[in-house]
Amino acid sequence: MWSRLVWLGLRAPLGGRQGFTSKADPQGSGRITAQVIEHLERLALVDFGSCEAVARLEKAIAFADRLRAVDTDGVEPMESVLEDRCLYLRSDNVVEGNCADELLQNSHRVVEEYFVAPPGNISLAKLDEQEPFPHS
Amino acid sequence: MAAPMLRWVGRGRRWTFARVDGGSCHRREAPTGSTSNRIRGRSSVAQQPLYTTQKPRKGEHKWAAVVGLEIHAQISSNSKLFSGSQVRFSAPPNSLVSFFDASLPGTLPVLNRRCVEAAVMTGLALNCHINKKSLFDRKHYFYADLPAGYQITQQRLPIAVNGSLTYGVCAGKKQSQVIPKTVRIKQIQLEQDSGKSLHDDLRSQTLIDLNRAGVGLLEVVLEPDLSCGEEAATAVRELQLILQALGTSQANMAEGQLRVDANISVHHPGEPLGVRTEVKNLNSIRFLAKAIDYEIQRQINELENGGEILNETRSFHYQLGCTMSMRDKEGKQDYRFMPEPNLPPLVLYDATSLPAGADPQQVINIDQIRETLPELPSVTRERLVQQYGMLLEHSFTLLNEVGLLEFFQNVMKETRAEPKKVTSWVLNTFLGYLKQQNLAVSESPVTPSALAELLDMLDSRTISSAAAKQVFEELWKREGKTPGQIVSEKQLELMEDRGALEQLCHSMMEAHPQVVMDLKKGNPRAIRRVR
Repeated sequence: MWSRLVWLGLRAPLGGRQGFTSKADPQGSGRITAQVIEHLERLALVDFGSCEAVARLEKAIAFADRLRAVDTDGVEPMESVLEDRCLYLRSDNVVEGNCADELLQNSHRVVEEYFVAPPGNISLAKLDEQEPFPHS
Repeated sequence: MAAPMLRWVGRGRRWTFARVDGGSCHRREAPTGSTSNRIRGRSSVAQQPLYTTQKPRKGEHKWAAVVGLEIHAQISSNSKLFSGSQVRFSAPPNSLVSFFDASLPGTLPVLNRRCVEAAVMTGLALNCHINKKSLFDRKHYFYADLPAGYQITQQRLPIAVNGSLTYGVCAGKKQSQVIPKTVRIKQIQLEQDSGKSLHDDLRSQTLIDLNRAGVGLLEVVLEPDLSCGEEAATAVRELQLILQALGTSQANMAEGQLRVDANISVHHPGEPLGVRTEVKNLNSIRFLAKAIDYEIQRQINELENGGEILNETRSFHYQLGCTMSMRDKEGKQDYRFMPEPNLPPLVLYDATSLPAGADPQQVINIDQIRETLPELPSVTRERLVQQYGMLLEHSFTLLNEVGLLEFFQNVMKETRAEPKKVTSWVLNTFLGYLKQQNLAVSESPVTPSALAELLDMLDSRTISSAAAKQVFEELWKREGKTPGQIVSEKQLELMEDRGALEQLCHSMMEAHPQVVMDLKKGNPRAIRRVR
């Protein structure tokens, strides 16, 4: 278990690429803290409204963790499953657009051909006002 | 959007050593690195003090400012970066939006070839290394004008890296000397533009127009080698000229085709870099310089008074001439970058690696693009200096004013006069009149042909220099007369008839006997009394 964790710690900066901000789980125990939940809720605007949801999340992470069982020492990471494909280049011609009416039908509110959205971003205070998340 | 804090701190630590200099903003010793060889050998200009506060105190350290720029240039193309909807400045709201731009489910990005070519051209013109393989990523954040919830950009491996931009700063006694400076380019990447939001505070809502969403952008990231507003403004101006010469972007700041964000911090030379702030909403070159200088001074004042600088985003308010904190931005943004799963890596080729029998439409050859690069501004200036014998400063002025170079070249085409004469008339007289009345070259009442005709008359000694200035003033009145007409109407021709000239002299001498006596006595200036 510990060797796997150490190896995980070493894997993170591999490849010399500019890293993404990664969230390697230091404990390895599978528990998600309230802080992480809050952070995820803010970033992804999802609502982990119940213990069940968090438990499900923890199970999902544990399921994905089984990938670590694979030995990838010295193997160059893939960029994506499409990395062998050829990137198609389109000619610079105008072939789309002019469908404002169709698109606006998708919107709940419309003002003179503009989509209507709430002002700015929803402030964080409102999120905190929701029921405090019961994390066991 | 504020860049993640991690990135800046990393950069800052790397460049601490390059910032050790006690010189002024316009008299810097060469920074360590590859640029030093180019700048070395140029004599330094008159000493200018570093930024000092209003009340100098004893033993006070000097401050040095560090400015890094992130420049977004809208690519000049017919259609958008990943979709086939049109790129146009003004159109009915949401009329230039495809299903992909509106991020409807089931749509996929398809890369526009022209945008890739534009990126390669720009990278080559800025001496960058072009990455033969570059990758696309998703940068996630929530905002109403970003329908997909993420922007497709190139964070891990951009299309071009490690370039340089050389610009000329005016210095010297009469601002007439041009000193070349270089700022390094960290990278150039392709990314999508977002839509436009119109805030309606009255009804507490935001109106979204997605016409701009998905338009291709070139993000040019400059290393923090700049140290004041003027350097930044000059560098951006040079970049504008380069992009316009290449045709990759119209780079018109007023129309939002060129947007600049500045990262500014101050520190004492020799000490670590200070906390930086990001300044946005800079939509003209003049405001760019003003905003940067204001922010530098604000930070100095704050620190001198014992305050601290917050790592925040500020907006420049041009009416008040100051920067203000933007409440909306949170401190740290986690963009959750991930590879764009719908796009394979972008592979570019050169003459040696070009696969045989490949469809030319589907491959991009860097060497071919390099061969077809148009003349860059720095080369144009060199050519003007060589061809017309003008000073380097003059060539800068000619290129800096929109349409002036073309005007000059048109005059040269039609006149026999010497290039130096033409240069002087265009840069001094013509430009002077334009500036006085705040006109653009395109609005000039004097056409190149008219000026050419005038200069021909001057060259053939039909009129005197003073008379020529008079004619020019008449031409400016836009009365539709040619220089020839004005000269004959006002009888400004230089007299050639010797007999008539002699008669004139005699009559003058008779009218002013005292002047004649003074002249004979050896006082040549007496002639001025005669009019």
